[in-house]
Amino acid sequence: MNLERIYAIMLRQWFLIQRNKVRYLNIFGWIAIDIILWGFITRYLDLVGSSAFSFTTVLLGAVVLWNFLVRVHQGVIVAFFEDMWSRNFLNLFASPLSIKEYVVGLIATSIVTSLAGLTLMFFIAYLLFAFSIFQLGMIVVPFLAILMIFGWALGIFTTALVLRFGPPAEWFGWIIPFALSPFAGVFYPIASLPHGLQVVARFLPPSYVFEGMRAALTSGEFLTGELFIGLGIAAVYLSLAYLVFLATYRVILRKGLITRFTAENG
Amino acid sequence: MTSEAMLEVQNLTKHYDGEIGIADVSFAVRSGEIVGLLGPNGAGKTTTINIILGVLEKDSGTLSILGRDPRIEREKVLTQMNFAAVYAQLPGNLTVWQNLYIFGLLYQVEKLTERITQLMKTFGLSGLRDTTTGVLSSGEQTRVNLTKALLNSPKLLLLDEPTASLDPHIAHDVRATIKAYVVESGAGVLWTSHNMHEVEAICDRVLFLSHGRILLEGDPKKLPQERGKQNLEELFISVAKEPPTIFA
Repeated sequence: MNLERIYAIMLRQWFLIQRNKVRYLNIFGWIAIDIILWGFITRYLDLVGSSAFSFTTVLLGAVVLWNFLVRVHQGVIVAFFEDMWSRNFLNLFASPLSIKEYVVGLIATSIVTSLAGLTLMFFIAYLLFAFSIFQLGMIVVPFLAILMIFGWALGIFTTALVLRFGPPAEWFGWIIPFALSPFAGVFYPIASLPHGLQVVARFLPPSYVFEGMRAALTSGEFLTGELFIGLGIAAVYLSLAYLVFLATYRVILRKGLITRFTAENG
Repeated sequence: MTSEAMLEVQNLTKHYDGEIGIADVSFAVRSGEIVGLLGPNGAGKTTTINIILGVLEKDSGTLSILGRDPRIEREKVLTQMNFAAVYAQLPGNLTVWQNLYIFGLLYQVEKLTERITQLMKTFGLSGLRDTTTGVLSSGEQTRVNLTKALLNSPKLLLLDEPTASLDPHIAHDVRATIKAYVVESGAGVLWTSHNMHEVEAICDRVLFLSHGRILLEGDPKKLPQERGKQNLEELFISVAKEPPTIFA
């Protein structure tokens, strides 16, 4: 694996962001609005609700963590879409760049953009609503790790779908995390789901994060074993997503579908 | 010919959903040689180029680039070759310099900034360094593509209609630049074009593809007379009109 080529993939994204500042909106805009909106909602709920339950901590914590996952996922797919929108795949894949280097380049881009987004969310939540995700303590580190790994897995999987089915499949990329959110226990305990959906939730790494966060905040309990399970499942999904991407790439090589991205609008 | 083979293709075959893309295509491009790959639209030229570039998988046949199997030594092979094609423009949303810098990194070009500056001067692009690639004229974009194609001083260069959108005088300069590069570097070039005058002027040898098969091969200056035609264009037209049944 060549670091210079991975750097080239990241640098291209940096050039793009610099050239058109509207791209900052994609990284920071939505999450800023989301944190402000949920900050005021939770402040209102704290006013009218029971004093025994901190809506700000539980709900705003969930919003910050959920948005972090979405930013990681979008960090991967937007970098990929930029290449698709500019019909750059033929140039890239006919260069010495390997698929592994390309995927790592997308992941590295998502690390930078998602951590930038997390930093903004931290400051808005702290300055406007006196909430810090780090008040959870060091347990926030495995939370973020699980969400980041799962975000990469989702990102790579959705790029594989778009690679296979072409530019019209781009919408998959935007909806997949949101389609999973009802089953991941972001805003409510998994126990409140019907039994069948609770089983589904056990296969979703974010559910371990949000259950763990609620346990830490409400009872001070750290579900370490559960976090390891979540981390393990996320790592398995990441490996599977990469294998799906590789298999998809082989299919498009066999069918000659790369040229489709030079001939069809996204 | 005894010079080193930059590209050797043996019995290359590709089908698309049962239809022939190319069948039993065999040829070689040697060091210092410019080989024209000619044929009507759909003859299989781009299929051949895409297989050589590694963006399309062949069904059968063998491919050797710089004496190596690109499936096994992909990185080593692709670092020493490059391409320019009318259908593969560089991203329109970066400046000329940014695009060339990114691809220079991908091809691991040494002394990259100097190389970009030198090539931009050669192709008359120095004044367009910070211009967004997408707003360039098609001729300028073609020259940017050619600059990218020469960034890594490739030993094998694949050019798919490299002068298609250039003014005649710029096309002339581009041909001269590429010819000079081939003489100086000993690179091999596979060149597709629909401009038969250009092919006659620059190619050492031509291959006529029709319906996915090589129909004729030879010196572009002698081939028309050998086949009883006035010129290469007349020969091209007669090859293009050959029915697929002659291959049956």
